[in-house]
Amino acid sequence: MIQTIAFYLFAIMVIASGVLTVTARNPVHSVLWLILAFFNAAGLMVLVGAEFIAMLLVIVYVGAVAVLFLFVVMMLNIDFAELRAGVARYAPLGVLLGLVLLAEIVFATAAWNAGAIDMARAAAPIPAEVPNIEALGTVIYTRYLYIFEAAGLVLLVAMIGAIVLTHRARGGTRPQNVADQVKRRPEDAVRNVNQPIGQGVEL
Amino acid sequence: MPVTQSLALTLPELILSLGSLVLLMVAAFAGDKATKAISWGAVALFAAAALALLGPAGHGGSAFDGLYQADSFSSFAKLLIYIAAAITLIVAPNFFERNGNVRAEYPILILLSGVGMGMMVSATDLLTLYVGLELQSLAAYVLASFMRRDTRSAEAGLKYFVLGALASGILLYGISLLYGFTGTTAFEGVAAAFGDGLGMGEMFGLVFVLAGLAFKISAVPFHMWTPDVYEGAPTPVTAFFATAPKVAAMALLTRVTIEAMGGATDAWRQIVIFAALASTILGGVAAIGQTNIKRLLAYSSINNVGFVLFGLAAGTQDGVAAVMTYLAVYVAMTVGSFLCVLQMRDESGQPVETIASLSGLSRTRPALAAAFAIFMFSLAGIPPLFGFWPKFLVFDALVGVGMWPLAMIGIATSVIGAFYYLKIVKTIYFDDPAPAFAPAESKLEGGLIALSALFVSPLGYLAIPALGAASMAAARALF
Repeated sequence: MIQTIAFYLFAIMVIASGVLTVTARNPVHSVLWLILAFFNAAGLMVLVGAEFIAMLLVIVYVGAVAVLFLFVVMMLNIDFAELRAGVARYAPLGVLLGLVLLAEIVFATAAWNAGAIDMARAAAPIPAEVPNIEALGTVIYTRYLYIFEAAGLVLLVAMIGAIVLTHRARGGTRPQNVADQVKRRPEDAVRNVNQPIGQGVEL
Repeated sequence: MPVTQSLALTLPELILSLGSLVLLMVAAFAGDKATKAISWGAVALFAAAALALLGPAGHGGSAFDGLYQADSFSSFAKLLIYIAAAITLIVAPNFFERNGNVRAEYPILILLSGVGMGMMVSATDLLTLYVGLELQSLAAYVLASFMRRDTRSAEAGLKYFVLGALASGILLYGISLLYGFTGTTAFEGVAAAFGDGLGMGEMFGLVFVLAGLAFKISAVPFHMWTPDVYEGAPTPVTAFFATAPKVAAMALLTRVTIEAMGGATDAWRQIVIFAALASTILGGVAAIGQTNIKRLLAYSSINNVGFVLFGLAAGTQDGVAAVMTYLAVYVAMTVGSFLCVLQMRDESGQPVETIASLSGLSRTRPALAAAFAIFMFSLAGIPPLFGFWPKFLVFDALVGVGMWPLAMIGIATSVIGAFYYLKIVKTIYFDDPAPAFAPAESKLEGGLIALSALFVSPLGYLAIPALGAASMAAARALF
């Protein structure tokens, strides 16, 4: 009972915030609705027992992707009124895409009714009582250690690549030199002057 | 199997990755001034990794629960890869110095790419395959746009990245289909599932995986990126692209088709035959109108990949041995040609890339002209040069399985290719001299050219017993 209520709550929220993402006038509001949609989708994932995917949704989509969207929307000066001006022109294309998606849904339902695809050979399905985070944890640092480390190297290459392609030494900047600052003694910087009255200060 | 034992089997990759981390630190603290030293350090690491192949890492068998395979097939491919990568490391600093783009990250990216290529040729699991491929490709995208102020280089990098990502997506889709329908990512498991009949889903998975890999070896119809990327990338990087990653991807394709999809030979053979025919024909015809030597060599590499695929199409042990021999000779020919292209500089030291600038080279630089001619004759597969031998082996393997009509078509297509190779020789020897190139600067590059020219000259036939035995041992590891 409580699951059913939770499902309908999350499902309605996903659809409603999805609609609002598309229709919101203010792009910042759009992104915020999108974040809400992600949260509710994560809730749905928890309901079907996929806690790991739920956490990924929150961490990756909400934590990184949506925040990135928000930054882009706020920092780039995009003229959204101008973007919207093309709506009428691209409407047929949009309708076409919508029809394709609709057809896919119909096909998917038909295929669902026809029965499952024969994937009986699935190797070592995880036992039902093991939560999927635990199941992942038992293989990722043991059996797949090699791949895991290699994935780390891929990320390192991405980092080196980003630096190689974008970093440049800028001339004429005056960065702080901590060593010089620490080395400086008071007598180098401060001078006591017995200033006579009626004369200008000599610097 | 304990982890230490697995690590011993992956020693070459271990040396390269740890070494690249150390050199990265050197690069970070010493800066671009140390590029030359870092390059030599990287060459030493490749040599050390090659030496490690003598130990258990060369033939020790399976590691990490079947994710990785150290056998004579992988050692053969790794040796080729390390040699090719080391040569592109040696010639690069001079090239980048001349146009003011010296960056210490170049050798490090090549090293990390080498780790990825080692993973690729040793992969016996779809996951290792994919991660290795991505490691290699990601480094390659950065290398393509290494001269970022040069618009052509930036364009090459962007194009390579976008199309490469598309290919990775296709490959990954195929892998997920194979996993879904066979229930495993291990080659062994996939082979077992293919053995008892090929279902629709498995068939789709096979096609997508082959399409993704065909992109990486730039076989037609997935070759579109090759001429643009080869033309735009800095010449040492192009030399790298045309050799090491190609060997890695080709070895990977061979292992996947033979080990994992051996039960469905008839299914993948059609695809390989189509790609082979299309590559040899298009690689030959499209090259004719080219005026840029790097573009021409790009089409030449497409053409050569077609011939290698003929060997794979045979699907026998002889076929795979022919593939390995072909790759070894191909690396020598291609490295040699690109080293010659590196010598093409005008008086001010700027690289020139037009074929017209080669005209009359025999009168201004006779030695370079002779080397160029040897490489071109060899690429055309004209006996008695060594480039003829692997072509002969490939078609011999085809005839061995009774596919002689295909062998005849293949030989006919090699005649198309011969036309443009010979046109370059004609330009070099019989046309009026163009302005002379700047004199050679580095004795080392001259020595490398001479060495590879000697290998592909008729003297190369002396290497046949050793090369043949090594190729045969490599092929035996897969069957």
